[in-house]
Amino acid sequence: MSAIKVFVPRDSGALAVGADEVVDELQKEVQSLGLTVDVVRNSSRGMFWLEPLVEVQTPRGRVAYGPVQPEDVKSLLEAGMLQGEAHELCQGITEEIPFLAKQERLTFARMGITDPLSLADYEAHSGWVGLRRALTMDGAGIVQELTDSGLRGRGGAAFPAGIKWRTVLNAPGQQKYIVCNADEGDSGTFSDRMTMEGDPFMLIEGMVIAGIAVGATQGFIYIRSEYPHAIAVMNQAIKIAMAAGYLGQSICGSGKSFTIDVRKAAGSYVCGEETALLESIEGKRGVVRAKPPLPALEGLFGLPTVINNVITLASVPIIMARGASFYRDFGVGRSHGTLPFQLAGNIKQGGLVEKAFGLTLRELLFDFGGGSRSGRPIKAVQVGGPLGSYVPESQWDLPLDYEAYAAVGAVVGHGGIVVHDDGVDMSKLARYAMEFCALESCGKCTPCRIGSTRGVEVIDRITSNQNKEQQVHLLRDLCNTMLSGSLCAMGGMTPYPVLSALNHYPEDFGLEIRGTESV
Amino acid sequence: MAKKMYDKSQQHTLIHELIESHQSMKGALLPLLHAIQEKLGFIPSDAVGEIAKGLNLSRAEVHGVITYYHFFRDEPAGKHVVQICRAEACQACGSNELLALAENILGCKSNETSSSRCVTLESAYCLGLCASSPALQVDDKLYARMSAEKLKKILIQLETAQ
Repeated sequence: MSAIKVFVPRDSGALAVGADEVVDELQKEVQSLGLTVDVVRNSSRGMFWLEPLVEVQTPRGRVAYGPVQPEDVKSLLEAGMLQGEAHELCQGITEEIPFLAKQERLTFARMGITDPLSLADYEAHSGWVGLRRALTMDGAGIVQELTDSGLRGRGGAAFPAGIKWRTVLNAPGQQKYIVCNADEGDSGTFSDRMTMEGDPFMLIEGMVIAGIAVGATQGFIYIRSEYPHAIAVMNQAIKIAMAAGYLGQSICGSGKSFTIDVRKAAGSYVCGEETALLESIEGKRGVVRAKPPLPALEGLFGLPTVINNVITLASVPIIMARGASFYRDFGVGRSHGTLPFQLAGNIKQGGLVEKAFGLTLRELLFDFGGGSRSGRPIKAVQVGGPLGSYVPESQWDLPLDYEAYAAVGAVVGHGGIVVHDDGVDMSKLARYAMEFCALESCGKCTPCRIGSTRGVEVIDRITSNQNKEQQVHLLRDLCNTMLSGSLCAMGGMTPYPVLSALNHYPEDFGLEIRGTESV
Repeated sequence: MAKKMYDKSQQHTLIHELIESHQSMKGALLPLLHAIQEKLGFIPSDAVGEIAKGLNLSRAEVHGVITYYHFFRDEPAGKHVVQICRAEACQACGSNELLALAENILGCKSNETSSSRCVTLESAYCLGLCASSPALQVDDKLYARMSAEKLKKILIQLETAQ
């Protein structure tokens, strides 16, 4: 009889709550019982409130136990965990857990199921199918397929990926580059991290397809220094893919070449802006470039460059494997496909929810998230990262799609959702948004560099009741200048959290409650 | 994390070797600075001239890059580095209170080192553990769903284990 398979994730989100310690304890206990188990360090299912989530392979499917701490291991084994028996930590068959069962996992289809660095696992779960199809097509055909899929940039700006690729395809240049933006600095987001730690071959496959499509032979992945595990896994995966011929001089024997280098960022938030990122890879300060020229025409080292977010590139393999219309049929309006939403902050069931565009924030917060972790009423929800608006309850029933959110002065962004309960003081969060902008501004344009510091001062005067009415007027004026006068989203969107806090929660600024104004 | 200590001449040799191994790389400055900091724990300010010369850059460019990026240090950190995430998701779960507690226990502010030189306390802006806030990092080890009691234990252990 072969050893029983037990899965304990290697994702940072599991390691940070003791997954390694659980594995050590499990091995020790199993050994003392004279048994052997085959422990697989899989990726995370993205149900972080249950991490460390231990799964056991049974004839009924995988049975989940979580959150498991080392001291629980003994009682779990005694209860018959290895046979999938009941225990107070038993969550039943993993795939039947409602949080997972209700999702539409396309990009995250393998997440939690496979060993991230096992090529055999990747192949067994539809890996490289998209690449093999792409190798039978010409560049224009691949770009057309991507365009038809309706995929838009998942980093936040939501620019149609196909148009970007076509510009690079048609740009003259001896050398072109594919750059993956893995500088996922937004609070409340971790889907890029999960992808790199949990399904690195998918990202590699997406980048190789991009290279074949536009005629680029070199790729770079720019990963934040705060993600050491992602950097390590990507580097290992690149080595493995290289040895197996999925990267290198002749991909799958096609004669087409593509290589990938990982570049480690150095803690600058603004380097998530695409032109600042290119400057950083070139070895300079991460200062934003004026556009035009577009990076598609004059990007990295002045050459035509596709620069896409991790999730954008990671969505490419399934689009190529299943076809444009399969992907396009998910979603609503002009927001096609799925988005990995990330439930974070003060939420009971935090984690990753991949769903087609069009569901509502209320569904995410309550049907998936189960309400606040503290048990108190949810007061404000920031959608789309630190530069996204605070969305009040009156807007929780809007469909989550790019256009519907833009219409109320909010953004879907990279899909990060940060929940605050009624203990939060929104004037403090507005101040923090300005403070963060002051800390992270690259300094190139005045509205962002100076405006953010003045913004902190003005908010301080409002909350300390100095000339309040005039200062509110000044804050709005300042935000208007930043919105329309900044070079990039750093200064241009910092007003979103500030004004949405002011408009929807005036009482926190010591102002009378009145009808909400839009940003 | 505490790095091996090198004397000035060893530092010089090491930096020289690293410059040589990075010279042919495109956009070599950040990878080189990472490599130096990885070995020494910081980037000595007297290495700026040599780095500039080796990569055919101006001293101003090299200095500009070192000081622009939060990650690079121009002096050694304490024996341990504790980074507490202060981004919104962690704030929603009490990270500001954890930072205040750490400042209190260590007797230093964020971005300072405790008087024993044992712990450098820093603010981080997102460790990517936002679904399990509050999060922090001690050297290479990540912690999530942190509580005041657990943090107190960790910090006291660091301060007394030296």
